[in-house]
Amino acid sequence: MQRRDFLALTALGGGAVFASGLAGCASRADGMAGAGNSDFYFVQLSDTHWGYQGPANPDAAVTLRKAVAAVNALPAPPEFVVFTGDLTHTTDDPVERRRRLAEFKSIVADLKVKTVRFMPGEHDASLDRGAAYKEYFGETFYTFDHKGVHFIAVDNVSDPGAKIGDEQLAWLRADLAKLDKQAPIVVLTHRPLFDLAPKWDWATRDGAQAIELLMPFANVTVFYGHIHQEHHQMTGHIAHHSAKSLIFALPAPGSQPNRTPLPWDASAPYKGLGFREIEAEDAGRALKVTELPVVRA
Amino acid sequence: MTATPPSRRRALRRVFALAGGAALVRSGVAQPATEPRVIEMTAHRFAYEPNEIALRAGERVVIAIRSLDFVHGMNIPDLGMRLDLVPGRVTRLELQPKVPGTIDFVCDNFCGDGHEEMHGRFIVSA
Repeated sequence: MQRRDFLALTALGGGAVFASGLAGCASRADGMAGAGNSDFYFVQLSDTHWGYQGPANPDAAVTLRKAVAAVNALPAPPEFVVFTGDLTHTTDDPVERRRRLAEFKSIVADLKVKTVRFMPGEHDASLDRGAAYKEYFGETFYTFDHKGVHFIAVDNVSDPGAKIGDEQLAWLRADLAKLDKQAPIVVLTHRPLFDLAPKWDWATRDGAQAIELLMPFANVTVFYGHIHQEHHQMTGHIAHHSAKSLIFALPAPGSQPNRTPLPWDASAPYKGLGFREIEAEDAGRALKVTELPVVRA
Repeated sequence: MTATPPSRRRALRRVFALAGGAALVRSGVAQPATEPRVIEMTAHRFAYEPNEIALRAGERVVIAIRSLDFVHGMNIPDLGMRLDLVPGRVTRLELQPKVPGTIDFVCDNFCGDGHEEMHGRFIVSA
C-alpha cells in the first residue's frame, strides 16, 4: 500500500486530515545540503505529562505506553518522531523531576523508530531553566535537516516567563540567514508563538519577534503543543498547528472562564487525546497533517 | 513592564477606547489632589489574594502587591500590561477604570503545579 493510500484510509477511518502550507516551493531543494526528493512522514506527540495523577486521566499510568504502542502499530514506520514538550508533569522536587524524565525516556525507548527528537515544555524545564531536561535530552533548541526540509526547534519554556530570549533569537536569526527564502522550514516549539489566548497564558512573550524573523521565508509551518488540543491558525502566510495531548484535553481557547481540564469521559476513554502524522510530499512542497487517536474505537 | 510591539499597542489602544480604562504603573503619573484608595494584595503559589477585586468606574486605586514566594507574573492582557512581582518588594499598580466590566489577570511566570489556576479579575461596577 502506498503511503498516500494509507493516509486516505486513516482519514476515512476517523483521522482528520489537514493540508498545510509549504506550497509553492518546488524549486527549493537544489540549494540545501543533503536535500532529496523523497516523500516522508514524521509523527508529533505532545504533552504526555508523565507523572501526572488526577481525575482528568485515571489511566495516566498507561496512556503513554498505549501511545507508544499506537505509533509502533502504524502500517509504515515514520522516519522520525518528535515530542513537542511537557514530557513530564512538573514537580518542585529535583529528584522526582529526574525520576520522571528517566521513566519517560525509558518508556519511549520502546518506539520502533530510529530517530526520536525531544523538546521541553514548561512542566519539564521552567522551574530549573532546563537543567534536569538537558541531562537527559541535551540541548533545548537546535536544528536539523531531513530530506530537504529545515527543522528548527525553538525553546520558549526554559525561561519561566515564556520568553525565547535575545540569545536564542540571535541564534535563530543567524540560522535563518543561511537559508534560501524559498526553503521549506518547519518550526517545532511548545507554546504558541502568537498570542492565542494571553488570558490563559497561551502565548510566547517574545514570540512576535520569532515570527517576524520567519516572515521573509515563503514556506514556514509551525507545530506546537501546550494547549492540549488540535488548533490551526495563520499569522500571515505562516501556518501554526497545535497538537492534542496524551494526558488530558483542555477547553477551546477562551471558551470558558478558566482553562481547567475537560473531564475524563468513562464512556469514551481517551476522547480528545491523540497524536498526529505529518507527511511532507515532494521535498516539502506540501505538508499533510493527519490526526490519530491513542486507541481505535 | 514589558515593551509592547506596535501592532499590539494599536490593538490595545482600541481596547482602551472601548473600555475607557486607564492603568498606570508606579512612576510618571501626575499627582492628583486626592490620594487613590490602596488595595493590598498578596501573590503566592498558586493564588492571588484577593483574586476578585471590586472597583468603581472612575475610581483611582493602587493595587499594592507583595509576592511571598516566587517572581510571579501579573499579566493583564486587556490593559496591555504585565508586571513581575518580586518577593521582598511591593509592586504598585495604579488603575482608574472608566466603565463597568471585568478585567482579567493571570500569572504568566510558570510557578509550578497549580500555575494554571493562578488568576483573578477586577470587577468594575457603575
